[in-house]
Amino acid sequence: MLQRKQTWGFLLGYQAYVLAFFVFLAAPLVAAAAFAFNDSLFPALPWRGFTLDWFFNDSEPKLGMFHDRRLLRGLYYSFVIATGVALLSVFVGTCNAFLFVRREFPAKNFLYIVMVVPLVIPGVILGISILVLASSIANGLEEGYGIDLGFLRPGIFLVVLGQFSFIATITSLVITARLRKFDATMEEAALNLGASRLRVLATITLPYLRPAMIAAGIVAFLVSFENFNTTLFLVGSETPLTITMFDRMAKAGSTPVLNAISFFLIVGSGLLALVSVVVQRDRSGG
Amino acid sequence: MRQSDFRRLSLILLFAPFALWILLLIVLPHIGMGVLALREKVAPRVYEFGFGNFLEFMHEPIYWNTLIRTGSMSLLVTALALLIGFPIAYYIAKIAGPRSRGALFLVCLIPLWVSDLIRAFGWILLLRETGVISSALQAAGLIDAPVELLYNDATVVIGLVYTVILFMIVPLVSTLDGMDNAMIEAGYNLGGNGFTVLRRIIIPYAMPGIVAGCIIVFMLTAGSYLTPILLGGKYSSWFTETIYQQFITRYNWEGGAAFGFLLLAFTSAVVWIGLKLSRQTLAGTVAKS
Repeated sequence: MLQRKQTWGFLLGYQAYVLAFFVFLAAPLVAAAAFAFNDSLFPALPWRGFTLDWFFNDSEPKLGMFHDRRLLRGLYYSFVIATGVALLSVFVGTCNAFLFVRREFPAKNFLYIVMVVPLVIPGVILGISILVLASSIANGLEEGYGIDLGFLRPGIFLVVLGQFSFIATITSLVITARLRKFDATMEEAALNLGASRLRVLATITLPYLRPAMIAAGIVAFLVSFENFNTTLFLVGSETPLTITMFDRMAKAGSTPVLNAISFFLIVGSGLLALVSVVVQRDRSGG
Repeated sequence: MRQSDFRRLSLILLFAPFALWILLLIVLPHIGMGVLALREKVAPRVYEFGFGNFLEFMHEPIYWNTLIRTGSMSLLVTALALLIGFPIAYYIAKIAGPRSRGALFLVCLIPLWVSDLIRAFGWILLLRETGVISSALQAAGLIDAPVELLYNDATVVIGLVYTVILFMIVPLVSTLDGMDNAMIEAGYNLGGNGFTVLRRIIIPYAMPGIVAGCIIVFMLTAGSYLTPILLGGKYSSWFTETIYQQFITRYNWEGGAAFGFLLLAFTSAVVWIGLKLSRQTLAGTVAKS
C-alpha cells in the first residue's frame, strides 16, 4: 500500500484511469453478448425487446444456435480438437517438466530455450510450415509408392498437431513451475519407508502435480478452442467453430445467432478459466 | 549397473516426447519451408533452386511496403500496450488492496480466454456505420449522418492493442508482484520524487517483465491475422494476409513459404535487437513469465 505518498487527487485520477481501462476491456464483449437477446434480425441498435429466439428458435429467418446445424457441427469439431490437444499437450508437458527439473543432460539450458521458442513463432508460420511438410511427405509417398495417407492432408489430425506445436510450450511451462516447488524430501521419505519408485510417482508426485496438470489442460483446451491463425491453414472439410464463425462474419448480413454463440463461448470460457484458477489456488498451500 | 541402465532408459523415454515434438513439428517443418522457399518455378512442373521467390519480394514494392507497414504498426502497438498496460499492472500489483487484487487480476484474465474473433466481432458491432457508437452519437444529436469508424489504421491499432494488452499486463504483474515495497519506500526516503523512483527503481526492476511482455506482444501483433482483416477491411495490407493470399488464393506455395520465412526472420531480428538493447536474454524473460 503505497498511496500515502501520493496526493488524493492523483490517486483519484489513477483509479478513474483503471476504471476506464476495464470499461474498454469489457465494451466489445458486452456488445457481442448483449445483441444475442435483441429481438431484431440485425445485431444493431435500436433495441427491439428481449428474446431467446437466437438460442432456441427452430426456423428461419430466426434460426437459433441450438438448431443451426453448421454451427453445432463446428462446435463439435472444436470440442474434439481441443480435447485432443489438451490431453496430448498435458502429457508432453508433464514429461518435459520431469525432464527439465529432475534430469541432467548436455545442452539442457539451450534445449529449455528451444522449448519456449514455439510460443514466439507467429501462428501463421507454424500453420504453413506444418502444412508444407505434411503435404510434401504425402505427395512423395503417393508419387513414389502409391500410398495415400489421408491424415497428412489438411484435416482434424493436422489441426491438432498444429495447435499442439505451440500449446505444448504453455503446458510445459505451467507444470514445470509447479514441479520446481516440489519438496523432494517427501519423495525420499516414501522411498525410505520402502515404496517403489513407481508407487512414489503415483501416490505422491503426480497428485502434487494434479492441480497444475488440470489448470494446464484447461488453458490448453481454451487456447485450442479459440485458435484461428494456425488452424486456418490446416483445416480440411471439418471446419471448427472459429472458422465457421469467421466465414459468416465476413459476409455482411449476419444475424444475431453469431451473438448468441459468442455469449455461449464467453460464459463457457469464463467459467472454465475460473475453474482453472480455483483448482490451482485450493491446493497450492499444501 | 542395473540402476544406471534404468536411469538411462528412463531419461531416453522422458526425452522422446520432447524430441519428437520439437523435431517433427518445429525443426523439420521450418526446414521444409526453407527448402520450398528456395524452389523457383521456371516452367509448369519444372523447378530449380534459387532465390527467385525472395527476389520477387525485393522487386515488388507492394510486398516490402506491407512488411515494413506491419512491422512499424506492430512496434507502435507494442509501445502503446506498454504505456497503457504498465499503470494497470502497477495498480494491480502494488496499489490495490490484497482482496481486490485477485479479483482485478482475474477480470484481466477472463477476456484473455475469449477468442480474438469474438472480441473483433464486438468491436465491429460498436464501430460500424450502423453500430452502437454511431447510433448513440446520432441519438444524442452530435452528428447528423451515420459515421463509419471501421476500416482505418487508427481502429486497427486500437483493436490490436485491445487484443494483445493482456499479454503485456500478465508478465508485468508477476514481475512487479515480486518487488519488495521497501525498495520504493527507500527511494522516497532518500528524497526521490515519484518520477525518479519510477525511472530509477521501478522500471529497472520490472525490466524482465517489460521485455517479456514486449516480445510476446510484438510477435502476436506481427503474426495476427483476424484483427487487421476484420477491423481494417480488405485493404488493411497486413503481411500475414499477403502470405495467406499466396498460399490459398494464388496457390503459390513457393512464394508463400518465402514470405513466411521473411516474416519469421524480420520478427526474430526485431526481437533480437530488442533483447540486445535491453541487455536481457530470452531465457530470463519469456521463459520465466
